Amino acid sequence: MELQKFTYDNRLSRLFLQATVFWGLIGMLVGLTIAIELVWPLMTNGVSWLSFGRLRPLHTNAVIFAFVGNGMFTGIYYSTPRLLKTPMYSKMLGNIHFWGWQLIIVAAVFTLPLGITVSKEYAELEWPIDIAIAIIWVIFGINLIMTTVKRRVKHIYVAIWFYIATFVTVAVLHIVNSINIPVSLAKSYPVYAGIQDALVQWWYGHNAVAFFLTTPYLGLMYYFIPKAANRPIYSYKLSIIHFWALIFLYIWAGPHHLLYSALPDWVQALGVVFSIMLIAPSWGGMINGLLTLRGAWDKVREDPVLKMFVVGVTAYGMSTFEGPLLSLKSVNAISHFTDWTIAHVHIGTLGWNGMLTFGMIYWMLPRLYKTKLFSIKLANAHFWLATTGMLFFAVPLYFAAFTQSLMWKEFTEEGFLKYPNFIETVTQILPMYWLRVLGGTLYVTGVILMIYNVWKTMKMGAFVATEQDEAPALDKRKPNTDKGHRFLEGKPVLFTGLALIAILIGGMVEIIPMFMVKSNVPTIASVQPYTPLELEGRDIYVREGCYTCHSQMIRPFRSEVERYGDYTKAGETVYDHPFQFGSKRTGPDLAREGVKSSRNYKPDSWHYNHFLSPQKMVAESIMPPYSWIVEDDLDVSTTAAKIRVMMKMGVPYPEGFDERAVDHLKKQANQIAQGLRDGGIDVEDQKEVIALIAYIQRLGTDIYRDSNESIFSDK
Amino acid sequence: MKIVTNVLESIVNIQIFPIIGLVIFLLFFIVMIYRVMLFDKNEIDEISRLPLDKDDSNEFFNSNNQS
Repeated sequence: MELQKFTYDNRLSRLFLQATVFWGLIGMLVGLTIAIELVWPLMTNGVSWLSFGRLRPLHTNAVIFAFVGNGMFTGIYYSTPRLLKTPMYSKMLGNIHFWGWQLIIVAAVFTLPLGITVSKEYAELEWPIDIAIAIIWVIFGINLIMTTVKRRVKHIYVAIWFYIATFVTVAVLHIVNSINIPVSLAKSYPVYAGIQDALVQWWYGHNAVAFFLTTPYLGLMYYFIPKAANRPIYSYKLSIIHFWALIFLYIWAGPHHLLYSALPDWVQALGVVFSIMLIAPSWGGMINGLLTLRGAWDKVREDPVLKMFVVGVTAYGMSTFEGPLLSLKSVNAISHFTDWTIAHVHIGTLGWNGMLTFGMIYWMLPRLYKTKLFSIKLANAHFWLATTGMLFFAVPLYFAAFTQSLMWKEFTEEGFLKYPNFIETVTQILPMYWLRVLGGTLYVTGVILMIYNVWKTMKMGAFVATEQDEAPALDKRKPNTDKGHRFLEGKPVLFTGLALIAILIGGMVEIIPMFMVKSNVPTIASVQPYTPLELEGRDIYVREGCYTCHSQMIRPFRSEVERYGDYTKAGETVYDHPFQFGSKRTGPDLAREGVKSSRNYKPDSWHYNHFLSPQKMVAESIMPPYSWIVEDDLDVSTTAAKIRVMMKMGVPYPEGFDERAVDHLKKQANQIAQGLRDGGIDVEDQKEVIALIAYIQRLGTDIYRDSNESIFSDK
Repeated sequence: MKIVTNVLESIVNIQIFPIIGLVIFLLFFIVMIYRVMLFDKNEIDEISRLPLDKDDSNEFFNSNNQS
């Protein structure tokens, strides 16, 4: 048959590669900054946009969507045309994808430090950016699927399936989790509330890990490990089973992020069972990757690319074993809200995503520049810095997590909490936080070596913008006589549809009953909407990223009820758009902070002084000061609009309350500020801190209210 | 949240959806594993070589190129 000539365009891969390296460094430096802030809370004293709560979302978004995102696109744009023996479908779509994605990242870099956030983890970006993400993502998807349609090979290699599943699932996750009603250009509320918002968010959050950090990188693994080792994948059959099992099972496991929470038991049980089942396909994939190197282990000794792949795939195996382990209720009781979670995700990102990205870059770069790598010694140094950095990061945090969790749970013989002051459990683990800084520094140093190596290699060689190849055309007239799975692999669009159905089934099973069965969220008559002032205070809480360090979810354990008060009920969260459960307790839980009879209760004046200087109230506190909240005036220009959006979503404010909202707000602010002034604090009614105090003093109090009469009725 | 619930409630017999989902999931899985077992070995070998070129030896990593 006649051979057709065509070219591979390397320019897009190069652009994405450069973006990966650049954003990788930025994202990791932001991570290092916030790691230092935890041991040196006054480092950025008084600079709002450098505070931990605002930078932490920037760190997570930058490493996930900018570093790993650009990394996956580098590999996808390199491997897809070569596997399908055709150029990418459209150069223009590719370029729009690249520049659009970078613009989205730049938008995140500006908005997140400014406190423009929805506060749902890894989905913090506000609605205009969410829309841009959806558009760019679809452009990427069209380009990918049309390339598979235009291919010159009959069979679509397994790596491409993983790319397709990534496209389809991330689109669904992103859209479902980002359904918000805008108040203004920079503010919106999710349509879901409380426990249901939490379920949707962690369905998204868990699957962002699955389909943004895992499946595309498995695709890269199935392409680049065989390339680097120059031998086919160990078992292609295993890779098929790996693929379908993984995409089916992952989508169900989200509720394991909400164990012991107010989420109904059956949903929690579902999440646990599927998490345990996930070990099988995950380890199938890991074994498939590692066994590909059988007979080539001598190469692993010399080749830094293979070394990085081996550590990366091993880290994948470790974190996918650890994940199901953490989803067991008995383990989760200890691990949740501690640094264990942080250690776990960093084995995944630093080990799996990081190492695979670095290996891919070292492999691809000399080929893009038709030269040898500038320095193998430097690449080896990078390998050791990354490996030891990862271990210095994670291992101390495992110790920190166990130590702190057991301290939270320890009782004296008389039946009292042994460490009733939360801060005692924090100071105990600070040395571990220092070791994490060391680990992060080692890791970033490795990345800097890589950047030097990349730059020198680029200088040494000449960029190969296009590469020639030839292949016979795919004979379309020949009927597809394959049966079963082989038939499916010849039909990319059908295949995409089936992958979509697979993940939708899991999503449906998890989410629909939760929204349908009324008994899932028993209503509590005394639970009422937030007052306008409290709502504004809540938005400040969201803006400052308080949820990154404080949970609002008391689990039904003796130790937690004793420390924080009655456990959190689903019905208490029905007006929380968005939910604020949090996932980490760097500071104490705040779910019952406003309950006067609780041992945690603090008067307004304490909170005022604490925001001004946490260290003045708790000498060893690692919370940064929030002086700008005390100094800045509250913006009430959108208060009425916020109430209207809430009413639209079914929050039962009285008819026409939006027009009275600002008056109501001012009245309540005056009461709180007057109380503070009576206590000798010089503060004006309109300061932001007043709203935040109002919100904090409301937390957890509803179920203790005697009367079910509306708190708005007399106003 | 009420919006979502209302939309979902308007779908007839939606309660059965999750059970259908689970059944589809299990059936697909069993059939898929069965078919994978029956794959032709030679063909599988050929497919698994798709990423590899004629010569993928690691000419770019040569230990005599150390700086």
